[in-house]
Amino acid sequence: MSLINFNKTVIKNLFSKPATRKYPFEPKEYPERTRGHVVNDMDVCVLCGLCSIKCPTHAITVDKAEKTWSIRPMSCIQCRCCVDNCPKKCLSMDTHFTEPGSEKITKTFHQSEKAIAAQEALMKAAKERAAAAAAAKAAAAANAQPAANAQPAAPAGGAQPAATEKKDN
Amino acid sequence: MNAEFKIVKAEEIIDEAQKLLYDGFHLMQQCATRTEGGYELVYTFGKALDVTQLKIVLAEDQSINSISSVFPCAFLYENEMHDLFGVDIKMISLDYKGTFYRTAIETPFK
Amino acid sequence: MSTRSVIPFGPQHPVLPEPIHLDLVLEDEKVVQAIPSIGFIHRGLEKLVDKKDFQEMVYVAERICGICSMGHGLGYCDAVEHIMDVEIPDRAKYLRTILSELSRVHSHMLWLGLLADAFGFESLYMECWRIREEVLDMFEIATGGRVIFSVMKIGGLRRDLPDDMLKDFRGRLDKIEEQLNEVSKPFFNDVAVKNRLVGVGILTPEKADLLGTAGPFLRASGIARDIRSTKGYCAYDQIEFEPIISTQCDSYARTEVRIKEIYQAIDIIRQCIDKIPQGAVETPIKGFPNGEWMTRIEQPRGEALYYVKANGTKFIDRMRVRTPTFANIPALVEVMAGCELADVPILVLTIDPCISCTER
Repeated sequence: MSLINFNKTVIKNLFSKPATRKYPFEPKEYPERTRGHVVNDMDVCVLCGLCSIKCPTHAITVDKAEKTWSIRPMSCIQCRCCVDNCPKKCLSMDTHFTEPGSEKITKTFHQSEKAIAAQEALMKAAKERAAAAAAAKAAAAANAQPAANAQPAAPAGGAQPAATEKKDN
Repeated sequence: MNAEFKIVKAEEIIDEAQKLLYDGFHLMQQCATRTEGGYELVYTFGKALDVTQLKIVLAEDQSINSISSVFPCAFLYENEMHDLFGVDIKMISLDYKGTFYRTAIETPFK
Repeated sequence: MSTRSVIPFGPQHPVLPEPIHLDLVLEDEKVVQAIPSIGFIHRGLEKLVDKKDFQEMVYVAERICGICSMGHGLGYCDAVEHIMDVEIPDRAKYLRTILSELSRVHSHMLWLGLLADAFGFESLYMECWRIREEVLDMFEIATGGRVIFSVMKIGGLRRDLPDDMLKDFRGRLDKIEEQLNEVSKPFFNDVAVKNRLVGVGILTPEKADLLGTAGPFLRASGIARDIRSTKGYCAYDQIEFEPIISTQCDSYARTEVRIKEIYQAIDIIRQCIDKIPQGAVETPIKGFPNGEWMTRIEQPRGEALYYVKANGTKFIDRMRVRTPTFANIPALVEVMAGCELADVPILVLTIDPCISCTER
């Protein structure tokens, strides 16, 4: 009886290709959205640290002094939370899964020279802009009200430490 | 599907359960929440697609009677509350006496 | 006078993929009483509310179980959205419906395979899992994960499913339905299958209601209780469907209900793809939740309850998940009394046990 109900499937299976793949010789093609592992484009990353704050398993560490970004692949749960929260869009999900290993490792990436140079140039430009703005303000204030010179000096002083603080990034 | 809770005293729980059983309700779940100095028990009953919820505020050393004599399936929830929270529940129809969950720490949610 | 003996069943047993233990009191070959025992792999995930904030808890909820991942994320998010009074966009509601119905297809296909394996029909088991594989591929295309989707978010969904992807899914579902027509034939007509299932483990409607049974196990006893028909979550208020019931109350009826539910789920997905509106998929949320809420949703295995109590800070006070398997254990013990020892594995399977869910 079972053959009567199942014979169509049986005959079809006899003359069709197997449903499985010959795995090591035919690797799987992953669709575009597969969450494999997190990769960071160190040329763009500004080490803001948002990914390490948002990561639910605290797998990402950002060291701003050493200019490194590190991830513990064994702790990562591939939730894509860091990728969604990255302001620079330098993080992305690669479609290949994390390599298995016998011990827990930490992968550390240094911020590239290019990124450091670009960031420093940005900081320098920002600093110059701040200085120019402060100077312009001071000049404007000096022109308009020579008596109130003390006031514009304060924002100019405020802008300076803010710029240096940013440089630590 | 609601956030309405009827506050019930611990002593009256069997009466309330009996009333609900007479009205055709079945037990959906029982759970405990740890509050400062005690527990808050939420009992959910359902009838077709309607829900009624009871809330019992319990002091830490206060005990409560089991409703497993009224709703036989309550023994699982009550053993769970006892093992995880340490709520003192008396007269459970099938009392595992703390062996329902094999936890490394006794009453881990307390 | 027959002799009584007690034999342990599980936690390690060839037919059980997950640990549940039953002490069976036997009178010759007949089971007189069964005493369940769980808690072998309890993980205490509900306690994590102390360490993870309410947004990170979504990830924890999604990882309670591999098969019900979508349902758990949905239930938790729905409860928090009610507490925070957030109305999610329509498109997100439809997408949630599509994904949860797809997981119903996958869960029921998995169950059919396991059932076929339990009564020794291995090629049917492989066929069922081959179809399930196609559903898993659809998940991977849509969300990037085959098992853990990570698409739920408080306030909507994290990723949109473009319209051409949904159109592609429609074609795939047509193929799945065609294959299902072939695979369901042996379940409905085969003599060997009927011998193992018809009349085994009868649960009367009265008992089913009293013992708080849930899901297809309950509907196979003739009670039309499907939480989707409360129309309280997702887009089920826009969809036309009737709860599927069977009045035979035995294991065969449970198989029948589940197979018909696969067809129903495919039909619901088609309706959703036809009606889905355009627009955003998430509403931004502000602040922290404060209050309490009990949400219930219909998971593939039955009704699941999510109780969330929040206190207006980053960390919520309590998350409670009542899973369908937990609710079905009393009824499982009930149907076992009076059955043959050889039917015990089939009966354990007919509740579609998910012990990982139960031991959250």
